Amino acid sequence: MQLSPADERMLAGDHGPAVAAALDLLVRYGDLMGAERLVDTDNVCGANIFGPRHARVLGTTDPAALFSRFSLDLDATVDVPPFRAHSCQLIGPRDRDRWDLQGITPDDAAAMDDSERYLAEKGVDLLSTCTPYQVGNVPRYGEHCAWMESSAVVYINSVLGARTNTEGRESSAASMLTGRTPYCGYHLDAHRRATHLVDVRHPVRTTEDWNVLGYWVGRQVQDAVPVLTGPGLTGATGVPTPVQLKQFGAAAASSGDVEMFHLPGVTPEARTVPEALGGREPAAVSVYDAGARAATVASLCRTATDRDVDFVMIGCPHASLEQVREVARLLEGRRLADSTALWVFTPRALRTVAERSGYVAAIEKAGARVLSDTCPAIGQFLPPGTRVFATDSAKQAHYLPAIMGVQGWFGSVRTCVTAALDGRWPDA
Amino acid sequence: MPELLRGRGVVAGRASGPALVCTAPVSGWGGIDPATGTIVENGHPQHGRSVAGTVLVVPGAKGSSGWSGQFHLAKLLGTAPLAIVFGHMNSKLALGLAVLRVPAVTGLATAGAIRTGDGLEVDGTAGTVLIRREG
Repeated sequence: MQLSPADERMLAGDHGPAVAAALDLLVRYGDLMGAERLVDTDNVCGANIFGPRHARVLGTTDPAALFSRFSLDLDATVDVPPFRAHSCQLIGPRDRDRWDLQGITPDDAAAMDDSERYLAEKGVDLLSTCTPYQVGNVPRYGEHCAWMESSAVVYINSVLGARTNTEGRESSAASMLTGRTPYCGYHLDAHRRATHLVDVRHPVRTTEDWNVLGYWVGRQVQDAVPVLTGPGLTGATGVPTPVQLKQFGAAAASSGDVEMFHLPGVTPEARTVPEALGGREPAAVSVYDAGARAATVASLCRTATDRDVDFVMIGCPHASLEQVREVARLLEGRRLADSTALWVFTPRALRTVAERSGYVAAIEKAGARVLSDTCPAIGQFLPPGTRVFATDSAKQAHYLPAIMGVQGWFGSVRTCVTAALDGRWPDA
Repeated sequence: MPELLRGRGVVAGRASGPALVCTAPVSGWGGIDPATGTIVENGHPQHGRSVAGTVLVVPGAKGSSGWSGQFHLAKLLGTAPLAIVFGHMNSKLALGLAVLRVPAVTGLATAGAIRTGDGLEVDGTAGTVLIRREG
């Protein structure tokens, strides 16, 4: 890899051992990716709040030790200077205010507060959500970013036209410290062209439909860039909302490895299918029909057999205000079944607006809760006694049964809220 | 008879261990339990098998951006694979290899010859995999 004089100085230790380790990691990682050089980035999102899952392994809750070991991949604790790049904390292990609901002890909560404060001292924006693009971190078209969080990566590449690979904890931390990222993959024009055509024949209208289509597309294309077209996407539907694009991308990044998609007329980098394909023939074509939809819904519910629902999870990726409002309207003046919990997850900044708008009060009056900063899959928590859960998110339906060993149902937000009111998933 | 497969070395170094052949890409976060190395992704063909102490033979990495973080945790808990033989590189696998620092080889034309349980000697410097099969 060709390094700039400034890179060489960082690597030589002119800016201290933390920056040197960060640049060394970017070089080794970039070499494996085939990058010929690094590129400047001033928009980095990572996950560096450490809870007991990590602290137990090291036997310390010292945030500097945890950052050096897990974020910088060092064996010793080093001094870390303020971060060079504009940096943002993604979703983390706990709700800063409602950790009691998660079963977290006061000691562990205090340790995570320390971990968060350590990041704030380095200059990290504590947006604490998997959807920074909903709360003020909106990269511009063409901006080179270094983001973790597969659902956010696919969103900013596809919907905003920003440029990022799917970074991990160690590489995003390295970019925070150096303001550099390997210039390869989705930073390059050639990698952003579609190679896989998806012909959508079955109508895709609702947010539930977009979740299902995304989950199916991920299975079909794996890590290829798909372009979507077909009669199922036109007509009465109009164009997908930002929420539907958020759910679609998150689902496709869960079942497969989709980091970018084109939806001509909606996403900014291609106005037509041929333009998305860069004038080439697609390497593969997949057809989405009624059978594909039904099989995908069955696959999303594959872990579920019991219809008594203990827990309903809404807000993966973190819910927009419109999604929180929909839950509030569905719950208004009603009461959850005694045996069922319903938790809505939304970015903290949106929670503040939801409180002001009366949505949080309506939700809590029904016996449900609104949480921020975390989710059951990331924080690995559930309401006590949960065996069966339901969600409106294909991504959460994919991950939570694997991570927590529970059964999972998938359906529309209305079906999920109704299940929380009835305590039961509707019969087929 | 030992069988020598030739590919391309990606991370230098040598390691030996029993093969775990995965027929689908592996997820990290939400894909393995770092406490035991067990593959936990529902519907994965090798669901329930453990990557701990194996030579992981895998088409590639997929899923959450927590891939490297989860395998990093596995490394510190002693449940990581000893070497990786893979088909397809992406950012998740590249960062995972940079953090795991275990030998890695790709580009074996005859990777299908490897079966789970085979004793493998991976040489990431030479880009070779030696199969030692009992019986």
